[in-house]
Amino acid sequence: MDLLMLVPLAPLAGALILLLTEGRLDKRIVGVVGAGSVGLAAVFAFVVGLEFQRSGLASHTYAMWTWMEVGGFAPAIRLYLDGLSLVMMGVITGVGFLIHLYATGYMWDEEGYSRFFAYMNLFVFAMLMLVLGDNLLVLFLGWEGVGLCSYLLIGFFHTEPENGYAARKAFVVTRVGDTAMLLGLFLLFREFGTIDISAAMAGAQEAWPEGSSTATLIALLLLGGAVGKSAQVPLQTWLPDAMAGPTPVSALIHAATMVTAGVYLIARTHDLFLLSPEARFVVVCVGLVTLFISAFTALVQRDIKRVLAYSTMSQIGYMFFALGVGAWSAAIFHLMTHAFFKALLFLASGSVILALHHEQDMFRMGGLWRKMPLAFWSMLIGSLALAALPLTSGFYSKDAILLTSFDYAWGGPFFWAAAAAAAFVTALYTTRMMLITFFGESKTEPHDHSGINMKGPLVVLAALAVGGGWFGLSPVGSVLPDGGLSAQDHTSAVALATMAAPILGILVGLLFFSGRVDRERLANSRVGDVLGRFWFGGWGFDRLYDRLFVAPFVWLARVNKPDAVDFVYRGTVVVMRRLHQVVALTQTGRLRWYAVNMAVGLAVVFLLAGVL
Amino acid sequence: MTVPVIPIEHVLALAAALFVMGLVGVLVRRNVIFLLMSLEIMMNACGLAFIAAGAKWGQPDGQIMFMLILALAAAEVAVALGLVLQLERRFDSLDIDTAGEMSG
Amino acid sequence: MALALFYIAAAVALASTVLVITRRNAAHALIYLVVSLLSIAVIFFLLGAPFAAALEIVIYAGAIVVLFLFVVMMLNLGRRSAERERLWLRPGMWIGPAILVGVLLLEMLYVIVLDAPGTTRGAVVGPKEVGTALFGPYLLAVELAAMLLLAALIGAYHLGRRYLGDRREELS
Repeated sequence: MDLLMLVPLAPLAGALILLLTEGRLDKRIVGVVGAGSVGLAAVFAFVVGLEFQRSGLASHTYAMWTWMEVGGFAPAIRLYLDGLSLVMMGVITGVGFLIHLYATGYMWDEEGYSRFFAYMNLFVFAMLMLVLGDNLLVLFLGWEGVGLCSYLLIGFFHTEPENGYAARKAFVVTRVGDTAMLLGLFLLFREFGTIDISAAMAGAQEAWPEGSSTATLIALLLLGGAVGKSAQVPLQTWLPDAMAGPTPVSALIHAATMVTAGVYLIARTHDLFLLSPEARFVVVCVGLVTLFISAFTALVQRDIKRVLAYSTMSQIGYMFFALGVGAWSAAIFHLMTHAFFKALLFLASGSVILALHHEQDMFRMGGLWRKMPLAFWSMLIGSLALAALPLTSGFYSKDAILLTSFDYAWGGPFFWAAAAAAAFVTALYTTRMMLITFFGESKTEPHDHSGINMKGPLVVLAALAVGGGWFGLSPVGSVLPDGGLSAQDHTSAVALATMAAPILGILVGLLFFSGRVDRERLANSRVGDVLGRFWFGGWGFDRLYDRLFVAPFVWLARVNKPDAVDFVYRGTVVVMRRLHQVVALTQTGRLRWYAVNMAVGLAVVFLLAGVL
Repeated sequence: MTVPVIPIEHVLALAAALFVMGLVGVLVRRNVIFLLMSLEIMMNACGLAFIAAGAKWGQPDGQIMFMLILALAAAEVAVALGLVLQLERRFDSLDIDTAGEMSG
Repeated sequence: MALALFYIAAAVALASTVLVITRRNAAHALIYLVVSLLSIAVIFFLLGAPFAAALEIVIYAGAIVVLFLFVVMMLNLGRRSAERERLWLRPGMWIGPAILVGVLLLEMLYVIVLDAPGTTRGAVVGPKEVGTALFGPYLLAVELAAMLLLAALIGAYHLGRRYLGDRREELS
């Protein structure tokens, strides 16, 4: 299992090669290095995974070196492999490789081809360090590393000022969460004097009884970090704007991997959350609220990538929801299947966007199902998995989540009903997206000339989106407290209702959006108009935060234009400069004058020596 | 070989006298060449004081300090005479005060 | 007898030094400087430091003063220079520095007498002992001196170039 070290090192090497050559390499070589390094990592990850499964160990630690040693504090760079990180590693390298491969075609005509892959490889490296890190410091390093890469890649088309704005917004908003998380990590360190995750978790279980307020506090602080990274309410506003980045970036970072880091964090520190039912309840609420808000927002968007972005938020809401209600394995399962079908959806929409010369407005697409069959079919498969139609991968994971939520101690039936309703809405907006994009009359003529490197990943991901859920998720069972996915009884009324919700959603969607209902009248009615606009703007969160945080800050900055704090320092400078001017008078430039001064000084020194 | 026993304060007084003479030279002369000569006198006086101290204790340390001063003097003269040549070329004068325009 | 030699040498050193700082002709001043250095070499000898005395003659009176002489000849400081010195050296200029320096000298003498330092040992410290100490405990100082001399060498080479810092002239 020594190959484990090579898994993160391969993308790092790729990133270094691409960064150091500064785009002087031939584009073909850049593609080979960029996608190949991640592919290599995927191969290594596969081999390591097989070995790990065969060995039957619960966890495996691979020590690389000690980072530093100060007093008793010696954080080591160690890789930690268990069922959870194995699944994450597989998703990151596997899906990551497919997306990289796709990007070699998608980004071919773009400026900064090499830079793009350098950032992407760096991202994969950071993400791997995040999930493989054995202590909180390495985890945090990876955590910030993916944040940085996310920033760089959102602002990839840096000539447009809006993209830079979106990148900054993503960076700043996630930073709010990261601050909370860092405080949580500090608290953990203060309590247990170790940054080793497993040691800290074991310590927490020993030291605190269930319901301990310290545990709740730390869990909530960590949740803050998770919420920021995973774009959950109230720190969700950055994700839709993050769609300014190239589509493969959206697929890799803002759908499949980075935004699920929050889910990983909570799963990794589940011992802490087990100690605090209150914190878990907050997780459930955060998940559910995000789920609802973003599902409704997705219902009225025009930009296809924004639809997918809101849908991502809502699916991660499901994962949080699952973590909160105690469906730990189902959450990670959903993370995996979501990575498959959401990456598929993004890549397929990317094909459409590219073929339409970067047209992202769904209402200017239409009628594409005949002209772009591969994009259509993969999008359809992804959509069905997203809507959780039975037999697709999304169904298995979402079903497990919903059925577990019914047994949640604090109001299970209510939460089940709400989540099922959200599943209905999910099916509704998915149907709307498909109908508007691929059916109806054609508005723009596509020019599809994608090669095998773009088509291959679509086919593979489509296969995974369908079949990725058939085999369950055995590795995480040994790590997570619920011991893996439990077998569900699919015959009860609850199970049937759960299954029926998305089907119902699709049927209603077909009725509603295929033109048999007069949509115009509904949209133009007063309620419809107000609701539509409210939803379109993401429930007014951006405007709220502008009022609440940005405006006061700008006001403060304007009031403080002369910089009150600096006044003292500037005063010091002025005084010093005056004194300098006085002293500078003695600097005549006359050598003999200096000699006289020295002689006088000498005389004074001798006088002192003689007298005293 | 025998050497006389000399009152140390006399030697030091001589060193002091030589030193202040050098100092007078530095303060009065405007010609850079003379200035440097005066500096040599001052350094030499220092060396004399060190030798005297070494002689008082019968130790070689004083002579070693003198040799270090010698090295310093050699280095100083080499650089300073180079500067003198430049001064002459630039300002066509050996007046140390013409270099005063370099004050800053 | 030997003690008398010390006072004679001291008198010569003082007298020739006075002449060094008052001469108008640089070449004359240099000759007096040599005299002064030689008489100090005699004093070194009397203080039981024959090696230092030899160095004084070889390096100071020999190398350094000769270097001065070369420069003086290069700059061709002839009668014109002596005239200029007469202008610069007005008698009134001596008063201020003399008072200042006189005070300093009195103070130094006071400090010297105050300490009552005694006499020299009257023993010779030969080159062998000096060498042993120099390359024993003082090795680092020797290295530093070597570095200083190297730096001076490079500095002197750089400063001695004909048109320092003026590339165009150098090229033409």
